[in-house]
Amino acid sequence: MKVIAAPARRRLIAALSGGVDSAVAAARAVDAGHDVTGVHLALSRNPRSYRSGARGCCSLEDSHDARRAADLLGIPFYVWDMSDEFADAVVDDFVSEYEAGRTPNPCLRCNESIKFAAVLDRALALGFDGVATGHYARLVEGPAGVEMHRAVDAGKDQSYVLGVLTKEQLERSLFPLGGSVKSDVRAEAAARGLSVAQKPDSHDICFIADGDNAGWLAEKLGRRAGAIVDEDGAILREHDGAYAFTIGQRRGLRLGIPADDGQPRYVLDIEPVSGMVTVGPRDHLEVDGLECIKPLWAGAVPSDPFECTVQLRAHGDEHRAVVNVVDGSVHVQLTDPAFGIAPGQACVIYDGTRVVGSATIDRTRRTAAVP
Amino acid sequence: MVPEAIAAFAEHAGRIGNASSLHDAGRSVRRVVEESRERIADRLGALPSEVVFTSGGTEANNLAIKGFAWAGRADGRNRLCVSAIEHHAVLDPVDWVLEHDGAEVATIRVDVAGRIDVEVLTREIAADPGSVALVSVMWANNEVGTVQPIAAVVAAAAEHGVRVHSDAVQAVGHLDVDFAQSGLDAMTVTAHKLGGPVGIGALLVRRELDPTPLLHGGGQERQVRSGTVPAPLIASFAAALDVAMTRREDLSGRLEAMRSRLQAGICALDPLAIVNGDPEPGPDHRLPHILHVAFPGCEAETLLLMLDAEGIACSAGSACAAGVPQASHVPLAMGLDAATARGSLRFSFGHTSRDADVDAVLAALPAAIERSRAASFLRTGR
Repeated sequence: MKVIAAPARRRLIAALSGGVDSAVAAARAVDAGHDVTGVHLALSRNPRSYRSGARGCCSLEDSHDARRAADLLGIPFYVWDMSDEFADAVVDDFVSEYEAGRTPNPCLRCNESIKFAAVLDRALALGFDGVATGHYARLVEGPAGVEMHRAVDAGKDQSYVLGVLTKEQLERSLFPLGGSVKSDVRAEAAARGLSVAQKPDSHDICFIADGDNAGWLAEKLGRRAGAIVDEDGAILREHDGAYAFTIGQRRGLRLGIPADDGQPRYVLDIEPVSGMVTVGPRDHLEVDGLECIKPLWAGAVPSDPFECTVQLRAHGDEHRAVVNVVDGSVHVQLTDPAFGIAPGQACVIYDGTRVVGSATIDRTRRTAAVP
Repeated sequence: MVPEAIAAFAEHAGRIGNASSLHDAGRSVRRVVEESRERIADRLGALPSEVVFTSGGTEANNLAIKGFAWAGRADGRNRLCVSAIEHHAVLDPVDWVLEHDGAEVATIRVDVAGRIDVEVLTREIAADPGSVALVSVMWANNEVGTVQPIAAVVAAAAEHGVRVHSDAVQAVGHLDVDFAQSGLDAMTVTAHKLGGPVGIGALLVRRELDPTPLLHGGGQERQVRSGTVPAPLIASFAAALDVAMTRREDLSGRLEAMRSRLQAGICALDPLAIVNGDPEPGPDHRLPHILHVAFPGCEAETLLLMLDAEGIACSAGSACAAGVPQASHVPLAMGLDAATARGSLRFSFGHTSRDADVDAVLAALPAAIERSRAASFLRTGR
């Protein structure tokens, strides 16, 4: 297994978010001899948190930090306005998925539709060879071409949110940080004189500035009253919108009265049409099987059941599993059970550190069936 | 900067003394400032006392707009008449007094060539002449190069005793600009467009007029613009203006020839290209050194990206604070649709431009246009 040798000098777009990772990734791409052009994506159209008056568009600080990094590296810098594409492919999808009772991953959607699609396509049309980003994942030349592997820094590994990329997309991508740990990346940024070396990592969803997902969804979707019920169907309280809940959620249920056994209760099920949210004990969240749709395979479609590991949410644990592909849908039998698995999230399938494929979780099978 | 301007700056940058001081050092600095003021006034057809130094064109335009708007309030003048294609350094202070001081604004439309409709202006003034605090029309447009009919504008205003300001930043050094002959009440000039330093400009203001100051303090510049007078910048400004005026006709002819060759070359290599502005050459029609071209189906930002990669610097409309390109108000005011406006580039020539630069642009453009169209098609499907 050898890391892909840079095939001579490539013309690359370096996506500069204004953070430390993308700045160091761009710096490494420059050092590797590539002809690098920095691009900051203006994605948000949220007028209150991002827009600057009538001409505006996006976070001023991030755009400024990205430009400073490009200036320090001596590379050209442009801002590409992808806010329409982002609103269509990521924000609208986020809203409609929650509306349908599922739990979307907007970062994954952004990689799939914006960074490695709209941006990459635009780059290719303009005569560039690919896109370099600050994602933590490794691209490796395997016997059947490019493979994606988990990053060396397990805590930062982002192969999960990149698992939806096709081989064609990966061939045009460069992840210069995949072999590094975050602390080294920060130290390198400081040594290079990048002003963002100590900038905090971003965790929240970028288009929800205050981190209040439920409040943001409530503004978009309005009040849709429903009930929180226990597993016997007894109403515990009313709520203003089932979209504010996620399967596996414990905090913020505000049920008032404790459960009979005194144990904490979790969201077990969301029924989007009636708005019924079912809660119950943690062990009723236990899942031992998944039905997944829209699979994407790194190589040929597997014909026989195979042992592997799967990751079911960003920064989630790995679970041993047996995967069987039948008529294009993916049956996942979990050897290690999982808790709080939400339809809409991705199931990314690994062989060791290598991404074998990914699919979208459509249904889960509970070890103890919910009535 | 031209070498003469650099030399003048360097000569005076080490000099100690404040031109407002009474001691010997102050007197010698004051002599530099006043001799420079006289040279600048002479070159621009103004009296030395009419030259009010500012930090540049933006401040001079702000002083004209806000200064006359505020001064006019005393006698009930609260209306401003400005063309739709002014620089932001005029339009934005106009918007500001509109929002903060209850001023009214009449925006005068332009035709497809980018020239103001003087009849509309005349009607606006005649509707209530006593309410007009200021008419402001630029001498020549900075984006498309169209020369404005300043004599007709002045005549329309003079009939009613209305004050007229003109932003002549782009015109000085390329056209025959004479403040006294023009009949203007105020005029903006700046040094860095003439090969002088950044950070110095002037508002020429007729002696008997007193715009309300923006800056209060030491009372320099006839109490209109307080602040220590920057002698090295002023000396450098005067030197640059001397050079620009001396070679104006010769340079204009050379730039017009390069501009025309670039225009012909672009039209030959891209049949879809549209040249914006006044098609007629000549000092009453357009600036000799600006070529504004729409490339339908392209986005200016990707054209810029690819030309920049070839070492060619040109410009598009404007960008917001975060850097997202926006269509400029100038081509929009001329009636171009937003997509065409966003696909327009401005090529500017200066005293350092050479024929080889034109060749380089013509060599780089075909691939840039083709790729920009391909990238644009991805987004718009057309």
